[in-house]
Amino acid sequence: MGLLEVKDVGKRFGGLQALSDVNLSVQENTVHAIIGPNGAGKSTLLNCLIGKLIPDTGSVTFQGQSVLGRKPHEINQMGISRIFQTPEIFGDLTVLENVLIPCFAKRDGSFRMHAFETVEAEKDLNEKAVAMLEDVNMQDKLQMQASSLSRGDKRRLEMAMSLVQDPKLLLLDEPTAGMARADTNSTIDLLKEIKEKRDITMAIIEHDMHVVFSLAERITVLAQGTPLVEDTPDNIRDHPKVREAYLGETQQT
Amino acid sequence: MDVILLQILNGLDKGSAYALIALGLTLIFGTLGVVNFAHGALFMIGAFCSVTLQRILSWSFETIDPDKTDFLGNPATVKTPYVVEWFGESTGLAIIDWSVPLAILFSIPIMIAFGFIMERGLIKHFYKRPHADQILVTFGLAIVLQEVIKAFYGANPIPTPAPSAFTGSFDFGLLLGFAENTIIYPYWRMVYFAFSLVVIGGVFSFLQFTTFGMVVRAGMADRETVGLLGIDIDKRFTFMFGLAAAVAGIAGVMYAPINSPNYHMGMDFLVLSFVVVVVGGMGSLPGAVLAGFMLGILESFASMNIIKSFIPGIDQIIIYLVAILILLTRPRGLMGRKGVMEE
Amino acid sequence: MLGLNQRDTKFLLIVIALTLFTPILLQPFPADSGLAQFNAGYPDLMQRFAIFGIFAIGFNILFGLTGYLSFGHAAFLGVGSYSTVWMFKLLNYNVLPGLVLAIIVSGLFALLIGYVSLRRSGIYFSILTLAFAQMSFNLAYSVLTPITNGETGLQVYNDDPQILMGENGITTTHFFGLKMNASHIMDVGPWQFTFNFGYYFCAVIAILAFYLSLRIFRSPFGMMLRAVKSNQQRMNYTGLSSRPYTLAAFVISGMYAGLAGGLLASMDPLAGAERMQWTASGEVVLMTILGGAGTMMGPILGAGFIKYFENIFSKINDQVLHGWFAFLPDGLENALVWLLHPFVGKGWHLTLGILFMLVVVFLPGGLVELGQRIRNMFRKKPKADNDGSHKPQQTPHVAE
Repeated sequence: MGLLEVKDVGKRFGGLQALSDVNLSVQENTVHAIIGPNGAGKSTLLNCLIGKLIPDTGSVTFQGQSVLGRKPHEINQMGISRIFQTPEIFGDLTVLENVLIPCFAKRDGSFRMHAFETVEAEKDLNEKAVAMLEDVNMQDKLQMQASSLSRGDKRRLEMAMSLVQDPKLLLLDEPTAGMARADTNSTIDLLKEIKEKRDITMAIIEHDMHVVFSLAERITVLAQGTPLVEDTPDNIRDHPKVREAYLGETQQT
Repeated sequence: MDVILLQILNGLDKGSAYALIALGLTLIFGTLGVVNFAHGALFMIGAFCSVTLQRILSWSFETIDPDKTDFLGNPATVKTPYVVEWFGESTGLAIIDWSVPLAILFSIPIMIAFGFIMERGLIKHFYKRPHADQILVTFGLAIVLQEVIKAFYGANPIPTPAPSAFTGSFDFGLLLGFAENTIIYPYWRMVYFAFSLVVIGGVFSFLQFTTFGMVVRAGMADRETVGLLGIDIDKRFTFMFGLAAAVAGIAGVMYAPINSPNYHMGMDFLVLSFVVVVVGGMGSLPGAVLAGFMLGILESFASMNIIKSFIPGIDQIIIYLVAILILLTRPRGLMGRKGVMEE
Repeated sequence: MLGLNQRDTKFLLIVIALTLFTPILLQPFPADSGLAQFNAGYPDLMQRFAIFGIFAIGFNILFGLTGYLSFGHAAFLGVGSYSTVWMFKLLNYNVLPGLVLAIIVSGLFALLIGYVSLRRSGIYFSILTLAFAQMSFNLAYSVLTPITNGETGLQVYNDDPQILMGENGITTTHFFGLKMNASHIMDVGPWQFTFNFGYYFCAVIAILAFYLSLRIFRSPFGMMLRAVKSNQQRMNYTGLSSRPYTLAAFVISGMYAGLAGGLLASMDPLAGAERMQWTASGEVVLMTILGGAGTMMGPILGAGFIKYFENIFSKINDQVLHGWFAFLPDGLENALVWLLHPFVGKGWHLTLGILFMLVVVFLPGGLVELGQRIRNMFRKKPKADNDGSHKPQQTPHVAE
């Protein structure tokens, strides 16, 4: 059984059937991409995975536990970490603090009233955070205010914030949307590097074929709210149905 | 039955004032995205426009009347207002008598100019600042305006009578077949209610039927896109601010006979009007009007003795209570749009 | 020391020194000189510095750290005052039970209001707190008169039980026999200094309150609160539930306000509903913003600044103005007096409003930012903005 199991999920908005009969299974230690043209239901599916939307039918389970109806912080505490379209960081805080916060969240749970300790006194967490930042080559920017980072560094910082929690599943929501080609490539390299260094499962929702084929080990193609095929990248590339529904269009643009 | 009718009527005039202020607040919020804590002060300035005009019209010169003497035996001085001198006895006195309605004309240019200056001089710089900053700076402005009025007009309420044609009350009870004096309602309050309906109707049809209004409504829905169309939306928004100020102003002008203007009336109304806006749904014009009347009437019901004996003090808190309940059950208010102020 | 790093310790020591020597520092002019009116070293005013300092420090924990702008904090101040006066009425004039009760009651009250209000954020939160405070104010004036004594205000009467009073009990507020109004007056040459027990009592509590908030600012909890302000959504997706954090901050700052209210009643055993009005809530917002929200020193500076100038400006009347400008030709003198008249005396609020607008427009960081700018100007070396002194986001956190 996979790490993340989506079974018979359907969701309807008024007259629009956004998702129907979605079944997919993300296996441990694989990079699983979910692709599809605009309006295929990618965002709706993502919102169902993170508890923002509750599907009308079906179930979404992570390690056998349902994620439906759970709050964002509960889903994170289960071991699912999210990467956003535009990097989401704590802009007013320093780079180090940005990474310390997920460390505290991992250790202390969703709330703890540690008002009379100092941040500096937590040696273990500080070391862990610094080591993580070294991993993404940001060790010389520890005291910078996060909002003053370059866009690429913000993305690195966000990755560090997720990875420092050792998530079981990393959920990436169009991580290269709106990026220039060079930025896209560096993001791909970063993700590849992460993949090489640690055993991690990733689910990527993406429409950029370049990104998908550079990273994914399995691909699910979504069209009109339902999975068209699921296979390895090589097979997907040559799949006639996919070419017809999707790839043909994007290669022209 | 007659009691219920009476309470509904009693709630109408306050409800009208809430609705008018809330309408302006919503216009400003919807178009400019600014939370204007000085809007109550604009209402107050309107009320003081009434006071000022009445004073201006009553400006007099003194003459010595040789036929009369005061109690010390000296020749008595007689004050004659200039308007009486210029327009003759009857016209002159009528002008003074009608100073409150006349003050509408007097106040509109003042309020629009005031709105322009306020928007160009202050608010403009706060479009991109956080809402907390907008609240704070307009709050500061409200204090300043209130204190300026206090410095000029003193701290005591200034009675500002309505035209004598509208003093007295109308007996609705007789009209509807109840006993005499069960439902009596002052004429001026009727006027105020009718007036507010006209203003509300005017604003709505302006937004609905003019090109200008259409652009503004589009701007309320999606500011950036309208900006891309090459329409100078900022200029129109400045005008909207002036309009909202004028609506608040004339609401204040006409309210002066109901409640003698004092310097803190703006703050008193502001808090309630904000509650009204929130209940109606931030950014929704019909919501603001509906909630204004609804809360005005609710307040008047809650001040009935029978209800007060049931739940003591309910009249003091009913509006806030309703606001809290609504915000918790319908976070967007009665008719609020999605995504307004939800960051 | 005391769990603070070196710089914070130094900072705390400076605050302690300033507080302890306030009676001297605020009395720079000889008693019979013309400038004596600018002295601020009298007990009543100094007590207010300390008390409103506590109020603003507490408010800053909520607004400065989490960014939630409460417009109803005066309600907690009022609740604190009422609780304390009730303890005077029931037990005796010892302030300790009253202050403890004030903190507990205002904490519970804040828990209730915060639980409801914090379901919404942004302007909705501000309006909810405003609504709650106005509700409390209206109730205190009407139905709750048996508890609050309505418009007269709650005070101690001769026929109150005062069960711990005894035969010859002290009839003014005291702390285990030390009277709050006890003062020692010291004459040094032409200078006169008043050392008042009430002030020192408030000052010690204010220092404790300051120390506590310093600890909170530097703690992981404080860091989480800043995370709430910075990006609440990110915080939730990081596995943290933001609401308990904001609620805790709200309750803590409510307790600070309750303590301040209790101290107000301890200095003068009287509690009135006007303390809960929303203009009073506005005042603490002003203090915090004026001083510099989110900084350690800001709220104290702001509270001191506003209370000091309130006092000075209220005392200046036309006569004083004429005295100042007497050296000018008459016409000019009168013109200047006429010009300044609306801003002084009873016009203090006008000055305050203008000042407040200027600060929000030009100096969002308040007096602390002004200080930093001036310092940077003198240093002549362009330093990055985020190298200020006491802003929490600028604290070095590494174990260097």
